[in-house]
Amino acid sequence: MADFETPELKDYIEVPLPQIGVMEGSGPFKAKPDHQEALGFPGELIDDWENVAINKLADLTNRYRGLRVFLDACVKCGACTDKCHYYLGTADAKNMPVARQDLLRSVYRYYHTPAGKFLKKFGMEKLIGARKLTEDIINEWYNYFHQCSQCRRCSVFCPYGIDTAEISMAAREVLDSIGVGQKYCNEIIGKVYKIGNNLGLPEPALADTLEGLEEEIEEDIGVAVKMPLDQKGKDILLVTPSADFFAEPHVDGLIGYAKVFHQAGLSWTLSSHASEAGNFGMFIGSYENMQRVSMRVREAAIELGVKRIVFGECGHAWRVAYSFLNTLVGPFDFLDPNYPVPQHILEVTHDLIQRGKLNIDASQNDHMTLTFHDSCNVARATRMGPKPGGQMVIPREVIKAVCNNYYDMPEDTIGEATYCCGGGGGILTDDLIEIRVKGAMPRMQALKTVVEENGVTHMAAICAICKSQFSKVIPYYGFTMDQIISVHQLVGDALVFESEISESSNESEETENEKE
Amino acid sequence: MSIEVNGKTLETDEEGYLSNLNEWEPEVANIMAKLDDAELNENHWEVINFLREYYEEYQIAPAVRVLTKAIGKKLGKDKGNSKYLYELFPYGPGKQACKYAGLPKPTGCV
Repeated sequence: MADFETPELKDYIEVPLPQIGVMEGSGPFKAKPDHQEALGFPGELIDDWENVAINKLADLTNRYRGLRVFLDACVKCGACTDKCHYYLGTADAKNMPVARQDLLRSVYRYYHTPAGKFLKKFGMEKLIGARKLTEDIINEWYNYFHQCSQCRRCSVFCPYGIDTAEISMAAREVLDSIGVGQKYCNEIIGKVYKIGNNLGLPEPALADTLEGLEEEIEEDIGVAVKMPLDQKGKDILLVTPSADFFAEPHVDGLIGYAKVFHQAGLSWTLSSHASEAGNFGMFIGSYENMQRVSMRVREAAIELGVKRIVFGECGHAWRVAYSFLNTLVGPFDFLDPNYPVPQHILEVTHDLIQRGKLNIDASQNDHMTLTFHDSCNVARATRMGPKPGGQMVIPREVIKAVCNNYYDMPEDTIGEATYCCGGGGGILTDDLIEIRVKGAMPRMQALKTVVEENGVTHMAAICAICKSQFSKVIPYYGFTMDQIISVHQLVGDALVFESEISESSNESEETENEKE
Repeated sequence: MSIEVNGKTLETDEEGYLSNLNEWEPEVANIMAKLDDAELNENHWEVINFLREYYEEYQIAPAVRVLTKAIGKKLGKDKGNSKYLYELFPYGPGKQACKYAGLPKPTGCV
């Protein structure tokens, strides 16, 4: 199926010489008019696209001061050039972060800076790298801003902290505003509005799926671990990516959360209304859509009367939840103020481990040697726990508490400097498989290092996109898809359950009167 | 895009998924398989038929564990796992099998 070459994994990452146009193309499939209109965008390219686009760009640079600074501040120092996984994997010059930014910056300069406005009168805009917007540039934006996963690795190395993700989000918002949207993201956001989640999994199917999983767990460990749906009066609303219900290895993570809640005696429920943690509104840079997707979480929390909101393993969901949720759909003064709003499932599990509330036998995972992939959005845009860097520390402490064999990948590929999986930011679609495979190269390189040096057998992740992306692309690099694993699968597999005969049948607990 | 089935032209999307679920007939699956250089045996058909039944009831393809469980019941426990389903449908049981069954492609982080 692949009509491209998978990059070769060497002993270390070689920075390629830039090449012109090797990843030129028409970009991913475009959204259909009904996908666009459901989100409040024009159905197809509008006649007055030039004016609308430059006005939208002005609107965004006025609304977001950061974006304006990012467009103004670059001094072309070159520090970012070799930091993008897509550049390293493709060698296309326009996949250097500075070049990607310049696709938008050049147009911004032409219309919205004093120098551009002055020089264009004399046809001398080239002096400052300014460009008049053309249909070719629209197509170029569409192609290359869908070769950015908004992972923000480049911004870590930029002396000004210029964030290409913000620029790429703005470019996609401008494109949507003139009727040029991506099918993958926009169709999915429409499904959230219509059905409640990215998959389009309706309530009856969700209920049936959860019931099947409950049976599976009981067959497996002899304990009736429940997965409550839409149950009022529970303490915790768990909001998790719909991939957790649907796909492997995600579903084993969901089973892990349920086992943790069960063993800790926490009362929890899922919601069919907010059956999606993911928020693709962020990927398309649309504040309005991000807010509308998030609103479902607030509505579900109120409707079900919960005291806490906990997010499952999803990278960008945690960014939206941790960094933006209160601004988007707050205040959350109806929740229990003794808990952070919202919480990450790993914070919950970590806290339970610290307090000795979980019965763990780490040797259950002795058949594996683990490493951990820091998800870009978690590592670079959020935190967990009270201390800086907790988002890197807490997942590792949890893994090490439930696994005896753990090794980190090389330091310049993890933590704040983590490489994206290659599928984030709305890139996780089959029509972008070439960029996905090539963009995964740096992570695959780092994985190969610990596989060879430390005998690592599995890589754990805490993001639905990372898990799906790796499962799909890892075979291109000679690994197997089952080497990708959910962190909460490791937790779930290490939990030891006592016989439940003495379990009380307290109404407020989900461990109702079952006995084995 | 479109495919020719029994003299009729059926519209598909960019990735070859049938645009109109109701136009599906068994020959659609055979022809799509042929385009992938594959041939369908009765085990493939167990999967395809289950997908269609499930979709009819729930308006969505079954989750992987729902599918593996059902196939395990029909074809034997050793076949009730995604490894076996990937042997049948190497492009991914969720996607390739859905396509042959005339279902829309599963979307999201999958």
